[in-house]
Amino acid sequence: MQTLTQETAKKAKDYKFGFHKKDKSVFKTPKGLSRSVVEAISHYKNEPEWMRDFRLSALMTFEQKQMPTWGADLSTISFDELYYYINPSDKKFHKWDEVPKEIKETYDKIGIPEAEKKFLAGVGAQYDSEMIYHNLKNQWEKQGVIFLGMDDGLKKHPDLVRQYFGTVIPSADNKFAALNSAVWSGGSFIYVPKGVNVTIPLQAYFRINAANMGQFERTLIIADEGSSVHYVEGCTAPIYSTDSLHAAVVEIVVKKGARVRYTTIQNWSNNVYNLVTKRMLVDEDGIGEWIDGNLGSKITMKYPSCILNGKGAKGEVLSLAFAGKGQHLDSGGKMIHLAPYTTGTITSKSVSMGTGRSSYRGMVKIVNGARGSKSFVRCDALILDELSRSDTYPVNIINEHDVTMGHEASVSKVGEDQLFYLMSRGLDETQATSLIVNGFIEPIVKELPLEYAVELNRLINLSMEGSVG
Amino acid sequence: MKKRDKLKISNLHAGTIDGKNILQGVNLEVGMGEIHAVMGPNGSGKSTLAQVLMGHPGYKITKGKISLNNKDLTKLAPNERAKEGLFLGFQYPVEVAGVNYAGFLRMAVNERTTNGNKISPIAFRKDLGEKAKKLAFIDDISIRSVNEGFSGGEKKKSEILQLSILKPKFAVLDEPDSGLDVDALRYIAKAIAKLDTSLGLILITHYQRILNYIKPNYVHILVSGKIAKTGDVKLAKSIEKNGYEKYIKN
Repeated sequence: MQTLTQETAKKAKDYKFGFHKKDKSVFKTPKGLSRSVVEAISHYKNEPEWMRDFRLSALMTFEQKQMPTWGADLSTISFDELYYYINPSDKKFHKWDEVPKEIKETYDKIGIPEAEKKFLAGVGAQYDSEMIYHNLKNQWEKQGVIFLGMDDGLKKHPDLVRQYFGTVIPSADNKFAALNSAVWSGGSFIYVPKGVNVTIPLQAYFRINAANMGQFERTLIIADEGSSVHYVEGCTAPIYSTDSLHAAVVEIVVKKGARVRYTTIQNWSNNVYNLVTKRMLVDEDGIGEWIDGNLGSKITMKYPSCILNGKGAKGEVLSLAFAGKGQHLDSGGKMIHLAPYTTGTITSKSVSMGTGRSSYRGMVKIVNGARGSKSFVRCDALILDELSRSDTYPVNIINEHDVTMGHEASVSKVGEDQLFYLMSRGLDETQATSLIVNGFIEPIVKELPLEYAVELNRLINLSMEGSVG
Repeated sequence: MKKRDKLKISNLHAGTIDGKNILQGVNLEVGMGEIHAVMGPNGSGKSTLAQVLMGHPGYKITKGKISLNNKDLTKLAPNERAKEGLFLGFQYPVEVAGVNYAGFLRMAVNERTTNGNKISPIAFRKDLGEKAKKLAFIDDISIRSVNEGFSGGEKKKSEILQLSILKPKFAVLDEPDSGLDVDALRYIAKAIAKLDTSLGLILITHYQRILNYIKPNYVHILVSGKIAKTGDVKLAKSIEKNGYEKYIKN
């Protein structure tokens, strides 16, 4: 026990966002997963019967499904040791002033600047597994845009939720999608009406904050015909004494001529299993874009997907993985072409250092009849030392002749010549390596909102310190 | 005191880390404001000398010493040598994708300041802009990535630009003239000639051509990893006419 405590203390010291607030949760289900736990969650949330049934059926699917036999090692997850629902507060807040001081302090420590709070027209902050604060800019409400916590969305717009919930990612999709479907809590619900362009990104910050807390947020975004929206999600998590599971589901419906961009910067602390299913269904002439940055977690398995379901639909996945000590990031993307003249691009950049392991795993599928479609995959890996590892697992299934398909891959080490060149100008090895790494990921970073790009740059420089030389 | 500043190479033996000996006892002393041209046939060790002076990790010094103002550089990392005032102009400047040229160079300038006063971004941009203009850079170099997508001529000019911004005490220019057309050569050569007069320079070159613009105080002939002959500009002219054969036989 002594060593465990020391280890925990060391971890807490190593992890710069490793603070967490005293647990003030109000309602908590007992440890472990069972029918009664799922029923309790649904009952506590006062959900309609169809949702309770959806959860219970998903629980059965979860129990029947095998753990994935590919990808990262998930054998140490013990589902019985987790809490599946904690509610931090019975009260919902609508104004910033009403948000408890303790929670504001947490945000201050993450460093959300005052100016940004104003810039963000709507902040959906998830504290533990509940949306506690939500403020939506008036003009959007007038335009008919809905931006709520998923639980609120279900209460206020049950028909809309019921129409789309679980349609892009059915609970039987995979074991962790089933788990999420059974115990989901929090996440965002967004509906953008026809022809409405949401010009300022919608943002949410997620944090896990209770020991052994599993987080299962569920996000559903519907962009109606000709509308557009950019959703940004970023997270930093405090440290835990035992492993923690994050199994989210994000479903996005992009209707005819609509455009959705979903940006994620994932920086879970390095004890979190981050197993997320993300998928967009893109209709005729719609555009779906995933920008997916993974820095943290112990293990990540995440492959954002676009199903190009209508003629001329476009999909793009930009995936970034930064695997440091003890991390295994298995990420990539999927592009499924179901209609003619669809175009897809997957760009993956990974960096591995200090025993870190990153894998690109991707799939391009073009069905018979999706003529004139184009798909392109590019994955580049950068390995910083002999201890680290990078793998590529691409799958291409092309059942149509009239298509264009390209795949490029590269693996490189930080070049001795590049380092020497930069160092010959006076930079030390850490600075030189940071520059090279930041330069390598620049094509993805430039797509991020400025504040995220700055934070990412800072995080990478920090992670280089002491790891080089 | 300044007068005594010297880059001193004493009995330098060096080779690749896998054991191939290249430099076999090079001796060279460069004072402030002096220009030393180093010429020699292919494979004589000219580029190796340049790389070893700056501390390339692919080479190992087996014997001898490099010192700058009596400070022993032999065991220092490249950045530490740079901070002592040494600069290497690369024959093949390395591309670093995605790394902003101006940002990188300003970082280097700030790393080299000894008094802790960092240069303001505005002052730096102005300096960079003016110096780039003198070297006839057409595109705005401050927004480009380090050497990425530069033409052959731009790469060479970029080295001289960095030299003029970083203001070292001693510089080694490894074939700054190779692969250039007549106009580019003239720009580069004039820019080198206009550098701070106190700069001590080792100019490695294959050809006498650049010496039409830059007048060396000394010309050294490097053969088989050793300086076979030292003279003045006349030596370079004689090489141009008669080749290196005479020295190789020795």
